[in-house]
Amino acid sequence: MTIMAERPTVAPASSAVTMTMAQALNAALRDAMTADPTVVMFGEDVGPLGGVFRVTDGLTARFGADRCFDTPLAESGIVGMAIGMAMNGFRPVVEMQFDAFAYPAFEQIASHVAKFGNRTRGRVRLPMVIRIPYAGGIGGVEHHCDSSEAYYAHTPGLTVVAPATGADAYGLLRRAIEYPDPVVFLEPKKLYFSKSEIDTAVDVPPIGRAVVRREGRDATLIAYGPSVPVALAAAEQAATEGRDLAVVDLRSIVPFDDETVMAAVRRTGRAVVVAEAPGFASVASEIAARVSERCFHQLAAPVRRVTGFDVPYPPPALERHHLPGVDRVLDAVDDLQWDLS
Amino acid sequence: MASPRMLIDEHGSVVGDGSTLPTTEVLVDGYRELVLARRLNDVASALVRQGRLAVYPSSHGQEACQVAAARVLADGDWLFPTYRDGAAIVARGVDPVEVLAMLRGDWHCGYDPTVSHVAPQATPLATQLLHAVGVAHAARLKGEPTVVMALCGDGATSEGDFHEALNFAAVFRAPVVFFVQNNKYAISVPLAHQTAAAALADKAVGYGMPGERVDGNDLAALTVVLGEAVDRARSGGGPTLVEADTYRIQAHTNADDPSRYRAEDEVAQWRERDPLLRLRAHLTGAGALDDEQEAAFAAAGERLAEHVRAGMNAVPVADPVELFAHVYATPTPQLAEQAAQLTAELQLEGTS
Repeated sequence: MTIMAERPTVAPASSAVTMTMAQALNAALRDAMTADPTVVMFGEDVGPLGGVFRVTDGLTARFGADRCFDTPLAESGIVGMAIGMAMNGFRPVVEMQFDAFAYPAFEQIASHVAKFGNRTRGRVRLPMVIRIPYAGGIGGVEHHCDSSEAYYAHTPGLTVVAPATGADAYGLLRRAIEYPDPVVFLEPKKLYFSKSEIDTAVDVPPIGRAVVRREGRDATLIAYGPSVPVALAAAEQAATEGRDLAVVDLRSIVPFDDETVMAAVRRTGRAVVVAEAPGFASVASEIAARVSERCFHQLAAPVRRVTGFDVPYPPPALERHHLPGVDRVLDAVDDLQWDLS
Repeated sequence: MASPRMLIDEHGSVVGDGSTLPTTEVLVDGYRELVLARRLNDVASALVRQGRLAVYPSSHGQEACQVAAARVLADGDWLFPTYRDGAAIVARGVDPVEVLAMLRGDWHCGYDPTVSHVAPQATPLATQLLHAVGVAHAARLKGEPTVVMALCGDGATSEGDFHEALNFAAVFRAPVVFFVQNNKYAISVPLAHQTAAAALADKAVGYGMPGERVDGNDLAALTVVLGEAVDRARSGGGPTLVEADTYRIQAHTNADDPSRYRAEDEVAQWRERDPLLRLRAHLTGAGALDDEQEAAFAAAGERLAEHVRAGMNAVPVADPVELFAHVYATPTPQLAEQAAQLTAELQLEGTS
């Protein structure tokens, strides 16, 4: 009864190809819809347009308007309808057009999506995925850049996933669609168009498993979603300055992989959590608290958090001051009481 | 605004030529269901006063709506009830002890929706209407002839999800019947504070679907109007909004004090329009209901009440560790830790 059991992911044989994260997500939807006729995709502008970020590009043409369709412009309606379809034999995947546009659906998510399985003593599980383009770094307007993960992570019954790589975007979305429970799938907007080599035939670790992206001896950076590349860049920079930093990519916020995170922190004795969301009452705070509780005697310094400020998302001209960057991460690393070790 | 459709008036007389009246057999059987629904409401309210139930939102006075909503459905159809619709769930065939388990506090839903095709009773207003649309749309995609009956009250029509559900259902031509029991009060707030519309059914126009008003205390008219809406949905004609003109005779729940917001003479007027008295007057006048049948129905009501009392008086078996069992299909490592913690606490309690 620990990590979710391994389940086979059916992926067509293919060799690695270069694609963007948006294309990887599109491929995951295409392959999931091919593999399982009960998978349907709907939301706003996801039909002929292919989504504002083109993640659903070509799906309506390929699978028909019964499988990938536009809805009226109402997010509570989208999620509420998905609940009913999940109750009646489908595996709906819905797109909230932007993070802050998901808030009208929050009652459906918090009161029903998260609770239906528990309410019915497991008789009605809701296998559905709520895809949310999230977080900032794209010069977007106020309501297009929120890091809203804490709302979902704080709600028992939700599974919350945030890929940081193209391979995980593909693999985690396939796993989320096959998952028995509802998954909030957070897609880092600023990574949508970053390219990588992806072999979709190669499976990724399951939901609930974190991955050490970089081994290091001196301190452990813990990040997820859009902050993973920041942490990796900080580790690169630190290496040139003589510090060897490990980077853990959570991949899944809920379930949280205590085992991998704590093991990584214990190997280094120092930890910095990096996340874009405002730090107060955040996922970063939860991670810092867990690490402090569980690794206290192995820690050489207090766990540091490098997060967004506790302000509403800034206008584009100012967002670079808000987002955790390499320098701010390295400042926090510098602050880990090196003179005491 | 058309006046609510009525087939039998409050004195039991047939309105119009009676050509659309359901058969006597249907009405007698419906009357039996009304007697059972009334008995359920009253025994549950009594169990609240005795401390056996935490709360019971009674549909006393609305039994015709409850019975009709359940009886117009076919096997395999779905019902989406609110917290006040327990009598409709029982009329649909679910064990009342399972229905009342939620109100005793055993668990949030006591019956199996996958077996009964009755969704859990919704406490948040209007949210369940969207689930109904989803179930209906799924059925349509699968080519199944399922119809979904989605219940809400007059207060819920002010919620955003009411609007979204009706709009989605109309756009997707989902086989849903939206059945609003307009009982005139949302806890304390009267209908005039919910809407400036002449009738709630008029809202249907804005969604491009038919809207019907029906006398909510006339089982015959409800059976016809809801039956027509079900037939329309099943034959691909899309959703219908039906508004029943009825009244919440009793308080919102036992925690409520209706004397603070409505006059007793208003309630008294509606008592005279009681759905049971009306149908009974009609059937006895037509020679379709005799003392023997009435006694048999009353006896069935007593058996129901005894079953409910016995079920509610039994000590509920609740395993605290079950709290962790259903949150996810497989508990997370964190929930497994918390379950172990509570188990240890319970063992300590047991040994001290």
